[in-house]
Amino acid sequence: MPGYSDPGFDTLALHAGAVPDPTTGARATPIHLTTSFVFQSSEHAASLFNMERSGHVYSRISNPTTAVLEERIAALEGGAGAIATASGQAALHLAIATLAGAGHHIVASSALYGGSHNLLDYTLRRFGISTTFVQPGDVDGWRAAIRPETRLLFGETLGNPGLDVLDIPTISAIAHDARLPLLVDSTFTPPWLLKPFDHGADLIFHSATKFLSGHGTVVGGLLVDSGAFDWAGSFAKTGRFAELSQPYDGFHGMVFSEESTVGAFLLRARREGLRDFGACMSPHTAWLILQGIETLPLRMARHVENTRKVVEMLAAHPMVSRVGYPELESHPSHALARRLLPRGCGAVFSFDLKGSRAQGVAFIEALKIFSHLANVGDCRSLVIHPASTTHFRMDDAALARAGIGPGTIRLSIGLEDAADLIDDLKRALKVAQNAEGRAA
Amino acid sequence: MNLLVNRPNGPASAHAYTGGKPFDPALPCVVFIHGALHDHSVWTLLARWCAHHGHSVLALDLPGHGQSAGPVLPSVEATADWLLALLAAAGVQQPGQATLVGHSMGSLIGLEAAARAPALVGRLVMVGTAYPMKVSEALLNTARDTPLKAIDMVNAFSISTLAAKPGFPGPGMWLHGSNRALMRRSLSGPNAIGCAVNLFHHDFSVCDAYTGGLDAAAKVTAKVTLVLGAADQMTPPRATRELAAALKAKTVVLPSGHSLPAEVPDELLAALRGALA
Repeated sequence: MPGYSDPGFDTLALHAGAVPDPTTGARATPIHLTTSFVFQSSEHAASLFNMERSGHVYSRISNPTTAVLEERIAALEGGAGAIATASGQAALHLAIATLAGAGHHIVASSALYGGSHNLLDYTLRRFGISTTFVQPGDVDGWRAAIRPETRLLFGETLGNPGLDVLDIPTISAIAHDARLPLLVDSTFTPPWLLKPFDHGADLIFHSATKFLSGHGTVVGGLLVDSGAFDWAGSFAKTGRFAELSQPYDGFHGMVFSEESTVGAFLLRARREGLRDFGACMSPHTAWLILQGIETLPLRMARHVENTRKVVEMLAAHPMVSRVGYPELESHPSHALARRLLPRGCGAVFSFDLKGSRAQGVAFIEALKIFSHLANVGDCRSLVIHPASTTHFRMDDAALARAGIGPGTIRLSIGLEDAADLIDDLKRALKVAQNAEGRAA
Repeated sequence: MNLLVNRPNGPASAHAYTGGKPFDPALPCVVFIHGALHDHSVWTLLARWCAHHGHSVLALDLPGHGQSAGPVLPSVEATADWLLALLAAAGVQQPGQATLVGHSMGSLIGLEAAARAPALVGRLVMVGTAYPMKVSEALLNTARDTPLKAIDMVNAFSISTLAAKPGFPGPGMWLHGSNRALMRRSLSGPNAIGCAVNLFHHDFSVCDAYTGGLDAAAKVTAKVTLVLGAADQMTPPRATRELAAALKAKTVVLPSGHSLPAEVPDELLAALRGALA
């Protein structure tokens, strides 16, 4: 029943959460760069603070521009609502801090972005939250790691660095059997590629810095709630999630699950997490991410189209020993990718260059179109050589344990002409080949 | 709070949200009655306002919905009797003490209860209402056979905008998604399990089968306000004319679809304040 009442993905990417400004008629979403919002009266102020009315008070808690972005990502993911944060890391922290405290425990995939791994394995331990890491494909390992104090299962939809596809239906079923939610980092798979809620995930976060923004201009995060997880039911059966199911002295004695059957998590995350930790998104950042999302369907189709061409070239190149892209039959997640990611496996992947670290460096330095930097999901093509940058302190054995070789190269494929990207890569591969025998 | 309410097969637990304050049976009482496949949480903003402005509040989970025990009741009339039994259990019994505020299916339950207890019900506010509240055979069959598909259909029919501001119950909520999630939760809720048919088909069938609206209207002595959505496709304003005349009701039309409590909470609050004045 497509149409205004039941719009499709591309329409939602342009319209969800936004209408022409009722005051000025502005068609594009205005940037409301204001810290605070005038109360109509003292009674109006009191009713806003007491949640008798919905509305904006202070931009750390909510803002009209940011709210458009929150509604839009919720619409695209098929969620009940969302919260925008200062970064993807802030979104992950907000999710965890809303559900867990000292003494609690997380079960997480071992295939994580380094920043997420640091947060879980080092920083949160200082605050009493421990994590057990399991291989993303180790189904029994996920189940066995759950403890009474576990509050969350967490993985990346496409794991770092090997692009292991998370078996969301299976892992979410394990989580739900234990009355726990599954949180996924879907940064590499914007909703045009994958909608994790359709497969059983309960919470999603994005580093919106990447594909959602799409232009490498801003840092931001988005945390989305499906509204499907029964926090009160879990509390009744297991005693978990009293934070959402029992009176909270920090906010009028509110019982969030009573206040909103489907919005309890987001209410607490906003009313406590944004209020107290303060990692909110600037309205200007929200506006820039909105500009990116408006063209997300077009960009993702091109990202995937270009990636497939580059992968095909690299897989057949004599200087390449391995290409780690799940659409290739050689990838361990190939079958799962066909089931969960029929539109494509994104535009970030790694490959192994035959040769030494020095050859890897030579390859990077020979590239002209690809930019050498530590980011992904830009409209421009990006490259990084972990052995000489992010992991340069590791010897080859330590690299191997991290799933990285001396010649591993990570690419983020942009929107340039695919022929130009392939030409750039081929030329750099030739330079790397000629660098054989040089010292690192 | 939870109450034990007398039912044909003995007392059963019923849940009511009290607006963030303890329930006080001595105050004027506003009773909120949700619609099909919903629960008390569609009313929380209005309920909190009432509870903090001189009223006691009971925002109900109807039998088999949300946290109230099942089984569901077979008709609007039976549910109205249950509601009056709940008010008795809560100690609401003074003449004119109760204001009934119902949305959609809940508005019919409020109408029937106001007719059965005219001395108790001083005000009746019918939100997103129509009489008769007929449901097409195609939608009834879809609700019976493929309820998730029917949820998406009703969600599309019920919401008139892609940008309900300022958001319900707060900014950042996507109304289409939250309403869909609530209906799915209600359909699969622990108290909905065990219905002879699914809860969605049951609720729609109850609306469709109700034929006592004009007889009930003749017995209502309460001051009545109808609050309608100008863009409501589920219960369009034109479908209330006969009922409005029979009830001698004041009619307020708001810029909204059928989901008035979430689409236009501020405007609905203003209409409710007018009704309570």
